[in-house]
Amino acid sequence: MRITQGTFSFLPDLTDDEIRAQIAYALEQGWPCSVEYTDDPHPRNTYWEMWGLPLFDLQDPAAVLDEVRACREEHPEHYVRVNAYDAGLGRQTVALSFLVNRPSEEPGFRLDRQEGPDRRVGYSVHSYATERPAGSRYGATGRGGGPRSNGHGGR
Amino acid sequence: MADRWSAGVIPYAEMGYWQPDYEPKDTDLLCAFRVTPQDGVPPEEAGAAVAGESSTATWTVVWTDRLTTYDHYQAKCYRVDAVPGVEGQWIAHIAYDLDLFEEGSIANLTSSIIGNVFGFKPLRALRLEDMRIPAHYVKTFPGPPHGIVTEREYLNKFGRPLLGATTKPKLGLSARNYGRVVYEALRGGLDFTKDDENINSQPFMRWRDRYLACMEAVNRAQAETGEVKGHYLNVTAATMEDIYERAEFARELGSVIVMVDLTVGYTAIQSLSRWARRNGVVLHLHRAGHATYTRQKSHGVSFRVISKWMRLAGVDHIHAGTVVGKLEGDPASVHGFYDVLRKNSYDADPSKGLYFAQDWVSMPATMPVASGGIHAGQMHQLLHHLGEDTVLQFGGGTIGHPMGIASGAEANRVAVEAMIKARNEGRDVLAEGEEVLRAAAKRNKPLDMALSTWGDVTFDYASTDTVDAVATPS
Repeated sequence: MRITQGTFSFLPDLTDDEIRAQIAYALEQGWPCSVEYTDDPHPRNTYWEMWGLPLFDLQDPAAVLDEVRACREEHPEHYVRVNAYDAGLGRQTVALSFLVNRPSEEPGFRLDRQEGPDRRVGYSVHSYATERPAGSRYGATGRGGGPRSNGHGGR
Repeated sequence: MADRWSAGVIPYAEMGYWQPDYEPKDTDLLCAFRVTPQDGVPPEEAGAAVAGESSTATWTVVWTDRLTTYDHYQAKCYRVDAVPGVEGQWIAHIAYDLDLFEEGSIANLTSSIIGNVFGFKPLRALRLEDMRIPAHYVKTFPGPPHGIVTEREYLNKFGRPLLGATTKPKLGLSARNYGRVVYEALRGGLDFTKDDENINSQPFMRWRDRYLACMEAVNRAQAETGEVKGHYLNVTAATMEDIYERAEFARELGSVIVMVDLTVGYTAIQSLSRWARRNGVVLHLHRAGHATYTRQKSHGVSFRVISKWMRLAGVDHIHAGTVVGKLEGDPASVHGFYDVLRKNSYDADPSKGLYFAQDWVSMPATMPVASGGIHAGQMHQLLHHLGEDTVLQFGGGTIGHPMGIASGAEANRVAVEAMIKARNEGRDVLAEGEEVLRAAAKRNKPLDMALSTWGDVTFDYASTDTVDAVATPS
């Protein structure tokens, strides 16, 4: 399957030039970017691991793209996304968020049903990837583990 | 002042309801009425009559006024402007002291302002064009249960309009068949599907069966895509008890959103809004019935006022026009409605029909929903007119797709993502939109098919509810 989270998942995967263009747009709007990665793409998994702190002071799209590349290199079999953040009053939330890396194989999700009375069904979405421990979920190719203890990537 | 208190009938203007020198206070609630007086009634008297009949006055002098600080409670017409280019109509500006209104009650606000006066004989017609709600009064309302920011965070969807579809045919499907439409549309790429306003609990499909079928569909689609999905379960019913029963069941089944129709009334909407905030469920409002009183320019209440009332009453979504679709929606007016619903504050802008500046003092925003006769081929126009914080609802434009419902959904999603990507890359989407869509369609069969099926469909009729443009605000 192909997970369709993020702003551009119905388009072909973005090239580095296309990623840089989206980063440039975000920075023009005054939205700093951040890079996050995960091996648990459950739709309710809000807190992906942060690839370092948000890049509040990076104004150069190429420098942000370097962080994307570094994260991808460390976690080639993880999902990686770029978030652009709008700190403006009344927003103070993510303004744009798109995937920039996917594992080579996406096993997807199983829907579990718990039958109840009155024809009620309780549903639970089960992420196949999480059947294996964090860090070994998408084959052995990824060098990266789970959350980094220093919370800081590649810089 | 002796004359003021003589028994009998005297002009409203002479009873203190016409005060051209009055300086509105920051705390006053201000209204702009479009007044069409009967022949022989001067505009100032007509404006004063509206002020009187929507506040303290009755048709004759009453001595009991003198038991009150009557000039405090009297509404004051302080300005009357001729409507440019229209014979016999005036815009009357009226100020109301805040003490006239109960805190946090749309029912009281509307009973005061539009309670009696719209049937007043000396006026041929009357329309409430706009209302400035002072910050002091705004703060007595809880506002949207969640608002745009919280909804997006909850759904984990950013940077593009959300996509929806109303299940069609709107009447007659069994619950099982209905759920099929929901599943196909959501797995294909839409974020939301929706009950129509008149889908409540009819013999062909009872509400409980529909809710069960729709939640099976929603959960299946979530597992297929890895995205959060929703179906607006319509909880509209005959009594508040029924509404709560349906809403509770939707919540128990894990629905992220419920919907209600404007026809249930302001008080029911405010009650459900409180329930929605307590229970973490997004509240969608369908504006069923509004065009009976919002569409005609000379009489009724403008939709920009309804938009304000509904943001105060507290809804997270409201249908607010498409500009390009099948339903009434002059571009300038619709831009005004969207500003009312989404901005934290704005200045008066006659070109959008906004008569007053408005400050929402950080009240969360209501997401405008564009629904009715729109399709993927209009994506550039929709993005241009409506922006990102909107739900674009393609009912026929999804379900009528020749390759099936999921393909219809996919076409819409590819179109919106391609358009956002192009805009962010610096393309002029209004000018180059068709080109962007054609390029995206080369890689995507469903979009290609959608463009060839509906590409030329437009609803190009003159609007009824248009703005009377004034060159410069005075």
